[in-house]
Formats: sequence, C-alpha cells, structure tokens
Amino acid sequence: MTLATAPGVIARPNRRLFCYGFGGIAILLLAVFAGVVLGETPLPLSRVANVLAHRIGGAALAADPIDAGIIWNYRMPRTLVAAACGAGLALSGLVLQSLVRNALADPYLLGVSAGASTGAVAVTIMGIGGGAIGISAGAFLGAALAFGLVAFLARAAGGGSSQLVLAGIAGSQLFNAMTSFFIAKSANAEQARGIMFWLLGNLSGVRWPDVALAGPTAILGLLICFWHVRAMDAFSFGASSAASLGVPVRRVTAALIGAVTLMTAVMVSLVGAIGFVGLVIPHAMRFLVGARHAALVPASALAGAVFMIAADIASRMMISGQVVPIGVVTALVGAPGFAAILIHRRRLP
Amino acid sequence: MRLVATKLGLRVQGRTIVDDVDLDIPAGETFGLVGPNGSGKSTLLRLLAGLCRRGTGQVQLDGVAISSLSRREVARRLAFVEQQTETSDALTARNVVELGRTPWINALSPFGSENVRIVDQAMQAVGMEGMGACPWSTLSGGERQRLQIARALAQDPQILLLDEPTNHLDIHHQLSLLRLVSRLPMTVVMALHDLNQAMGCDRVGVMSEGRMVACGPPADVLTPDRLGRIFRVRGSTLYDPQDGATLFRFHNLDETH
Repeated sequence: MTLATAPGVIARPNRRLFCYGFGGIAILLLAVFAGVVLGETPLPLSRVANVLAHRIGGAALAADPIDAGIIWNYRMPRTLVAAACGAGLALSGLVLQSLVRNALADPYLLGVSAGASTGAVAVTIMGIGGGAIGISAGAFLGAALAFGLVAFLARAAGGGSSQLVLAGIAGSQLFNAMTSFFIAKSANAEQARGIMFWLLGNLSGVRWPDVALAGPTAILGLLICFWHVRAMDAFSFGASSAASLGVPVRRVTAALIGAVTLMTAVMVSLVGAIGFVGLVIPHAMRFLVGARHAALVPASALAGAVFMIAADIASRMMISGQVVPIGVVTALVGAPGFAAILIHRRRLP
Repeated sequence: MRLVATKLGLRVQGRTIVDDVDLDIPAGETFGLVGPNGSGKSTLLRLLAGLCRRGTGQVQLDGVAISSLSRREVARRLAFVEQQTETSDALTARNVVELGRTPWINALSPFGSENVRIVDQAMQAVGMEGMGACPWSTLSGGERQRLQIARALAQDPQILLLDEPTNHLDIHHQLSLLRLVSRLPMTVVMALHDLNQAMGCDRVGVMSEGRMVACGPPADVLTPDRLGRIFRVRGSTLYDPQDGATLFRFHNLDETH
C-alpha cells in the first residue's frame, strides 16, 4: 500500500463513523434537553437555560433556587438515569436475542428482571445480608439466580426456543410470587405501597447518586457489547457454528451474560422492572440498520436511551398532577410492538 | 496441512457414537467418509473440528494438538461446514460469507479491502457472485449450502471439513462443487452419501456403528463384499466408455425379486 492511497482507504469508513457518532450523541443530548425542559411544572426555556448555564457552564449569574432544584436535582438525574436504563435494557435484550437465538428473549420475559426485583426486595425489607450487601448487589444475585434457573429449566425441558420462553414464564411467576410473599410477610402497609409502585417502574425517587451507579454500568455494558460485536455476529448460526468460526463460546457467553445480569440488576434496583424495552428496541433497530451487531449495538443503546427518556416525559405529563409509572408507559407502547414482532415472525419462512 | 487423529471417541448417555477412530490424512488429500445413517460420520467430523467437549482422543494439525490452540487459532487453520445451518437473522448472502473472516479480524479492526477481496473470491468460487444482496431467508437450500461453503473458504483454511456438502444441491452444482473441492489446494475431509461421489476421493474411510472399519483408495475399499455387509446393498459396477470410470448401480439386499 502506498502512502498516497492509504489515507483515502482508511478515511472513508472513519468519516462515516464520525457522522453517525456525532449524530447519535446530538440526538441523545437533544433528548436529555427535552427531558429537562418538559415536565409537570411548565418552565420557560430561558429559565432552564439559566440553570444549565450556571451549573454546566459555570455562568456567574445565580439561577432561581426553586428552578435549580427542579431542573438540576430532580429532572436532570431522572433523565440521565432513564437514558442509562433504556440503553442498558435494550442492550440486554439484544445480547440475549443474539446468544440464545430467540427473537423473544429479553430480561423481562426470561424472568431476569423478576429475579432482580426479588433480590432487591429481599435486601430492602427483609434485611437479608444484614446491610452488608446493597440493594443492587441483592438484585444482581437475584437476577443471576433467576437466569441460572431459567436456563437450567429450558435445557432440562429440551432446550428448544419455545421451552426457553416457557421456562422464562415459570421463572417470572416464581420470582414474582416470592417478591409478593416477602412483601406480605415483612413489609408494613406504607412500605408495601412504596414497593408496589417501584415494581411497576418508577423514576420519581432518582437523585444524583443513582446517576453515578446507572451511568457507569450502562457504559461498561456498552463497552463489553462493543468488544463482542463480531462474536455476536458469529452466533447467527448458533453456538456450534460460532465455535467453528473461532469464537471462544464459553468465555464470550460468560462475559455477555455477566454484562446482561449486571445491567438488568442495576437498572431494576434503581427504577423497578420495566418491560418491553429490551424486546422492542432491538427489533425496531434491526429494521433500520440490519442484522450486523457493529451497527445494532450503538443503535439499540441510543434508541433505548431516547425511548426511555420519551417514556419518562410521557409518564410525567400524561395525567396532570400525577406521575404514571414508567413501566405502564413502556408497556402501552411495547405490548403492541411485541404483538407486531409475533405477527412479523410468522411471515418468515 | 496434515490432519492426524488418535483414538477419537464420544459416548453420550451410555451410547457409543464414535469408537476409537485413528486417522492420518496427509496435506492436500481429499478424504471421503462414507457409512450408513447413524454410523458416526457427522460426529467424527465434529470431533476432528474440536467441537465436542466431551470427546476423547487427540487431533493434531501439522503435529500441533488442537486442544493446545485457541478457538481462533483453530478457525484460522480449519473450517467446518455442518449439515444443517439455520438462522432467523435478516442476514444477506454476503453477510454470511463475511462471517468467515471472523477469526482474522477483531472488534476494533475495520473490515478492510483485503477482506472484501477474499469474500468476493469465495463467493465466486461457489458461483454466488452477484447474489450478495439477497436476504438469506429468500435463498434455496442449495444456495444456502453453497454460501456456507463460501463462508468456509473465506476462513482461508488449510483444512476443510464438509458434512454432506452435496446435500440440497442440484446435479449441476453437485458436480461443480466436487470439482471445486478436488481442485482446492487444501486437505479436505467430507462425509458423503453417494458412493459414486466417494469414488472421486483420494481415499475413503468406511464408518459402521461408530468405528472406522476400512480405509484406503476407493476401489480397494468399496468392495462388493463390504457393500453387502455395511450398506446392505449389492453393487454391480458399470463401465463408462467416455472416460473409463467405473460406477456403481445398487440393488437392495433385503428385498427379494
């Protein structure tokens, strides 16, 4: 290769990459801005800009403290956590669909979210672990346990596609029942009410420390997925075919399932079990960018983040004076999406 | 690349699938595996590819034990086309062949022009050039089979394992595939059902009930006596005056006429 041709050959894909990268980040920033501007209390743009300029840009003029409270301590962390959760859940769904070769794989349907809820509830109200393990760690253990149980059950039942979904239903039911049992046994009426609200998916209590947990988790998950895009492509024809293409199947599976369990557990422990994001977003992205994971991973993360921010805005504005659980909003959009996937799959040969 | 296997075996739930098979295939040889259904041909190929974790015995590629190599290093030396391959992913024909480059690229390296050229060549070799944009779901069984073989060629291997590569192919493509395989400068091991196709191999191994019961040049191995015992057929040989080849015609031994 001569020096004259080298830059041209290399620059072209890079330039496209930059365009997509910048476009993606611009869309995300726009969504975050919308999440900060829109809400229960209408605030004029100028006052929002004031607070942001003060906080981010270090502008000297002091913003109104009430505005600052709403925007910087309430809407901002909430929006950022929504973005991290959306990205994490969409990536989890994408990875599971790729690894288990099942279009219906998603942390919610496979019972991983239910397991995480059980773990989080067990730590919160039963005091399991004696305060030594945090809620997120409890959720991680619950999620890992649920995933192991569902995978074992699916394998024992014959290892087929529908067996996995059925095992997921059994697992979800079992862990949801355990969650209800823990609540009935140990929680007082007020705790129970709070937990039921959280279980449906709720971002109301989210503050800055939660951003410090959700953000790095989503970024770590994204990096692990990015590192394995070619391996996930190689899984197109199943694990055995991936192995013969040079993918160390057990190590890759362990890393990716670990990432899924971590992302699901952290997101569930922060905002509750939110369904359908992991299912619908990756499928929608397949329509837009094709089946290659090098494109699917960033597209799903971005779309998941934007979708969750939008769902959060809708949950705040749908009924005036009342916040609808975000899980209700994602289900209202996601359930028809799920139906569309089922019908579309039927048409495939 | 020379492929040597010693004492290959696999037992699944108390049942012996492959039993104590030894093989020594020199570089560049085309080796045919024949045998009745369930005789262990496919499993033997999986063992040779190092894909059975519970298998016993050892496989060596040019004297290097396959167990000492990473999956990636194995995939750069050896490509395997399984019998049934299905996906529900919306891949194009070209995407499938591009998968063959997986062992040669990593997450960060872009799919460069060299890889594009190799994929082009592989598609050309199986006569699928110009069909790169077709979605996998719209392709016929034969086209899918040829793409999987192109995918294996794109791996740029020195050993190629094929499990019934002529399955699903129409007669024209069966013949062109066999011609392609015999001209490839690599070691090829393929399971075949058609004994006449096996006659074109350098050597043939006959599998029966998990064991390799005979191994050698096709004319020496596929004897009337062995056809009767292993395949339960009586074979009469016909002579083709056009190229001097002999071919089999089979009669079922179980039926009495």
